[in-house]
Amino acid sequence: MRPFLHGAVTRLSATRLSAVLAAPLSALAPPVAAVAVSLALFGAFVALVGVDPVEMYQLMYRGAFGTWFSWQNTLTRAAPLILTALCTALPAQLGLVIIGGEGALVLGALAAAATGMALNGAPAALVLPAMALAGMAGGALLIGGAGALRQWRGVNETISSLLLTYIAIAVLNHMVEGPLKDPSSLNKPSTPPLADAYMIGTLPGSSVHWGLVAGIVCAVAAWVLMRRTTFGFAARMVGGNPRAARMAGLPVGRLLVVTTALAGAAAGLAGMVEVAAVHGRASASLVAGYGSTGILVAFLARQNPLAVIPVAVLFGGIGASGGLLQRRLDLPDASVLVLQGIIFVVLLASEAMRGRLRLFTFARPTAAPKEA
Amino acid sequence: MDHASLGWWGVPLAVLAGAIRVSTPFLFVSLGECLTEKSGRINLGLEGTLVMGAMSGYATAYLTGNPWAGVLVAGLAGSLLGTLHAMICALERVNDIAVGIALMLLGTGLAFFLGKPFIQPQAPQLPSIPFGWWSGSAQVRSALDINPLFLVGLALAPLLLWGLRTTRWGMVLRIVGESAEAARAMGYHINRVRLLATAAGGFFAGVGGSFLSLSYPGSWNERLSSGQGITAVALVIFARWDPVLCVWASLLFGGAGALGPALQSVGVTQGYHLFNAAPYVLTLAIMIATSSSRHRLAGAPAELSVTR
Repeated sequence: MRPFLHGAVTRLSATRLSAVLAAPLSALAPPVAAVAVSLALFGAFVALVGVDPVEMYQLMYRGAFGTWFSWQNTLTRAAPLILTALCTALPAQLGLVIIGGEGALVLGALAAAATGMALNGAPAALVLPAMALAGMAGGALLIGGAGALRQWRGVNETISSLLLTYIAIAVLNHMVEGPLKDPSSLNKPSTPPLADAYMIGTLPGSSVHWGLVAGIVCAVAAWVLMRRTTFGFAARMVGGNPRAARMAGLPVGRLLVVTTALAGAAAGLAGMVEVAAVHGRASASLVAGYGSTGILVAFLARQNPLAVIPVAVLFGGIGASGGLLQRRLDLPDASVLVLQGIIFVVLLASEAMRGRLRLFTFARPTAAPKEA
Repeated sequence: MDHASLGWWGVPLAVLAGAIRVSTPFLFVSLGECLTEKSGRINLGLEGTLVMGAMSGYATAYLTGNPWAGVLVAGLAGSLLGTLHAMICALERVNDIAVGIALMLLGTGLAFFLGKPFIQPQAPQLPSIPFGWWSGSAQVRSALDINPLFLVGLALAPLLLWGLRTTRWGMVLRIVGESAEAARAMGYHINRVRLLATAAGGFFAGVGGSFLSLSYPGSWNERLSSGQGITAVALVIFARWDPVLCVWASLLFGGAGALGPALQSVGVTQGYHLFNAAPYVLTLAIMIATSSSRHRLAGAPAELSVTR
């Protein structure tokens, strides 16, 4: 399951300047084309159920990027998406397909909320970092666990990370309805609300919380780690050819477990941010699909941590416009899910077109073996 | 239903009854996935197929008044998704695991979108066969009310095993799954064989989904399936790609899935969510226990990417 994750990474090794410039272009073309084709397909789909696609896309644009209000909504949703996308994109450098971002988010949120409860009364300067660390540890435990199982027991990481997600959601439900339940939360069981002092504030002049900055910092750090350090070089070597990496004496197991743990920590931080900036408590409503959307964000960004940022903003916008589509056009809230599914399918199909159509052949295609 | 008369004996009985009920979707999905994986490809999208099957089956049963028409349509919807999976995987440089994840998302999204109007109305349910007519106890009778689909699944398993082992079709399927090179050299169309295997696997998974909405739990809503599809995929690995072992594995998982509701019915509500997670914990435990980082799994089709 190696080659499809790469492409753009190895492309940079071309020596000619033009090829270096063309590389980002040829990496950009298939995802952009895939999104365009998907939008057309989704337009045709809603036209079938009697909705005017032009009107829908106008509304969608307005709900996502049309006003300052919608921009703030979009960016608030983009923050956790950047972090859950990193949960898939980081292990992808090693050739792993991790889809447990939702579970890591949930476990991170639970750990952060529990820490906030336990340290109630302590100064915020102590509690907030502790919550962030607890959230990251929760996520790292889950995804790092999937990585460790892969390394030492040969358990397929895709299946195990999804199973761990279901287990994490069950643990969340158990804790918020049982040991950590706030007795006054009757209709919607949740942990006691965090004190206002422990809530993450918003960026000056906006309603967007600091989680967005945390997400961007993590994405940049992930990019630097993977592209500018020996650790990242070794990790990508494992992704390119695990056997060659092992022959070269690289500590494959350690690289694998550390990278998956970092990936989980990113999604766990997303959970902490959701608790400390949006919900103010842990409850079942934390399971909002940020994990599954994050997988798509990572694939559309071609597993590049920097590209994750704009793609997360795009999908934050699509998510933000969902409410408007529901109110104005009476479209079900699952419309966003359908659009995401179409984009994902078309994106994977477009991968095969790369290097085939003239439009996409800016750089010399590298030999990519087939047959998974 | 009154469990008080049997007291704690109601728990093993309810687990047994639940094992039969809960295992049916596991059984169909795993048989379908077994067929697909034998051709050397994995379809992780069966989670989406299951939900799509549940929705389309329920909607068809409601609109036509015939639950069996629902089962058929659910199967067809499943094979449509399977065909889509196979067609995309046939393209160059496309990874079957990634396509599965995409179809998980698309199948679930489409089912929720199209199924919105069918959450409220009550569709006719599949009839069940009362094997417990001889018993005076209400619990025993309800435990032995067995859905014909379960029996179909039971019959299907040995049939599949026989088909894979002894027929020409089965042999071609296994060759494609063991060595694409050899199959190509022998003049077989690898992608065509895999397309048929994935479409047939999708059909079974769709039928399994219709059981969820038309028999047990027997209604359509957006929380109907949570992970049965992916658990069934793992179950095939546990069953070593043997359809008959899939039956035993499904019963085991069904029993684990029935533990939570069974305990709840005798008043144990503490840890309800944790008991409900039992099938996932069991799956993971089994995968850890049976996998190995050193050698390939016995019985694994050589072309399969997950076991590499």
